[in-house]
Amino acid sequence: MSLRVDISHRYGDFTLQLAFEAHTGITALFGRSGAGKTTAINAIAGLLRPDAGRIVLEDEVLFDSGVGIHVPVAQRRLGTVFQDARLFPHLSVRDNLNFGARYAPPGASGPGFDDVVSLLGLALLLDRAPTALSGGEKQRVALGRALLSRPRMLLMDEPLASLDGPRKQEILPYLERLRDGDLRLPILYVSHAVDEIARLADTLVLLQDGRVAAQGPLYDVMSDPAAVPLLGVREAGAVIEAQVIAHADDGLATLQISAGQLELPGVQAPVGSNVRLRVLAQDVILSKGVPEGLSSVNILPVCILTVQPGDGPGAAIALQAGRDRLLARVTARAIHEMGLVAGMTCYAILKATTVAPGSIGR
Amino acid sequence: MNVDAAAWDALRLSLWVACWATVLAIPLALWVAWLLARKEFWGKSALNALVHLPLVLPPVVTGYLLLTLFGRTGPLGRALESIGLSVAFHWTGAVIAALVMGFPLMVRAMRLAIEAVDPKLEEAAATLGAPRWAVFGRVTLPLIAPGILAGAVMGFAKAMGEFGATITFVANIPGQTQTLPSAIWSALQIPGGEGQAIAMVVMACIVALGAVVLSEALARRVAAKISGA
Repeated sequence: MSLRVDISHRYGDFTLQLAFEAHTGITALFGRSGAGKTTAINAIAGLLRPDAGRIVLEDEVLFDSGVGIHVPVAQRRLGTVFQDARLFPHLSVRDNLNFGARYAPPGASGPGFDDVVSLLGLALLLDRAPTALSGGEKQRVALGRALLSRPRMLLMDEPLASLDGPRKQEILPYLERLRDGDLRLPILYVSHAVDEIARLADTLVLLQDGRVAAQGPLYDVMSDPAAVPLLGVREAGAVIEAQVIAHADDGLATLQISAGQLELPGVQAPVGSNVRLRVLAQDVILSKGVPEGLSSVNILPVCILTVQPGDGPGAAIALQAGRDRLLARVTARAIHEMGLVAGMTCYAILKATTVAPGSIGR
Repeated sequence: MNVDAAAWDALRLSLWVACWATVLAIPLALWVAWLLARKEFWGKSALNALVHLPLVLPPVVTGYLLLTLFGRTGPLGRALESIGLSVAFHWTGAVIAALVMGFPLMVRAMRLAIEAVDPKLEEAAATLGAPRWAVFGRVTLPLIAPGILAGAVMGFAKAMGEFGATITFVANIPGQTQTLPSAIWSALQIPGGEGQAIAMVVMACIVALGAVVLSEALARRVAAKISGA
């Protein structure tokens, strides 16, 4: 199942010009507020009719301005999860979950009621009213409700944006289960939170001022120096995959990545499992010689791929570390004084605190 | 006190007319309220003004206009006559008068209720595959039920009390078009009729109180159902 979007829409001074594809897995649409994310999702859901373009799901045209096709919302069968859960206040959780089931065409595949209840941990909430739910619980019910309408795809419009940190952490594992389970639904996930995207997305589309500024596999886009200004200098950083190989008594875990081993705290995943590490660019220190006598033990041999000066005093450096790419942010002065150029080998020091527990998934 | 049979007739007729007027007005008022709350169209303010007209016009003027429109020679009267429905000087005419007079109150209550429903809930229902009628029936309607109920009670109360337009339009024929207010008025015109009038005033009070108590109880039940408790 794949979604192809190529639309343009104008409102006021703003023009959205959006072209991307989403396949099985999570495609994240990232942009600051006002970048056009919600307009994009409303256009795909059918809640808004764009000025021009085409939206095609697999081989069905949902929208085509050229021939005047605009499939009504109800017939698109795209499960949508909104930022404000939009649960029906007059229905119990159970009735909310069952709301869409009767409209699915006979034979539409999808998870059953019990599967969804156990996937999202809703068993104890079924007889409650939506008003008696916490924000995180509401979003889980909204997600379950969308899944039970047997959608062909899921659209999620900043589903975690209205939740505080702990509530977010509570719901992220459910989204990972959804991604890694056997539902095989394509998910379009709109967000302005880099940590969510780093943890969840397979493919990343970066929006800026209504246009696609970069798109591609998450690992590639996140390690691209050009993405630094789009993600924000504090949030930019590569995402790499690692395997947990040991847990020590002092709380540190040993993780294997292609360039070597890392010792990190706060890793809960069991030995043998794969996790995602988010290495913030500003937490990577470069050294020309083998660093000695440092408090950090996470030192990797790397090769400089590109050096990209920024607007201010900082610059982004793309690094090859084994088969993975890393991103480092250093000052332009350091680049000059150390003579850092593409092709040079050096050492990257990763602070052990680089990886927040929440950034580790899968 | 010995209550005249004519008084009971008037009460029965009033209840009959008010029930018919309320039941007939609900769907129409709901549709107009929905148009005014949710749709933008040419002539919207004209429709709004037309709906509210009976509220601001003297009832006798409304009654006269109804007589002009629905009388035997009026355009709508002739149309109704051709399908075998006579309204002039007939209880059905009293229903029309009551309906028209109560209509603005019903529309107002229902419009407020519809405006209070977040359209985003209706959008969410559509994304779940619900066709338009199902969105209305399963989301909008249950959420505005208290407003519909409130509107219906207002309409019913207005219909029970309607006097000016009714007496102008369908006169005051005992057993035919003499509603409770008309009967009270007639009784007061006759020397020594106060006793009869007081009996009917008591009836009117009981009906009005009953309607209020009933609607409160219904509203509580509906509200409890909607909040999911």
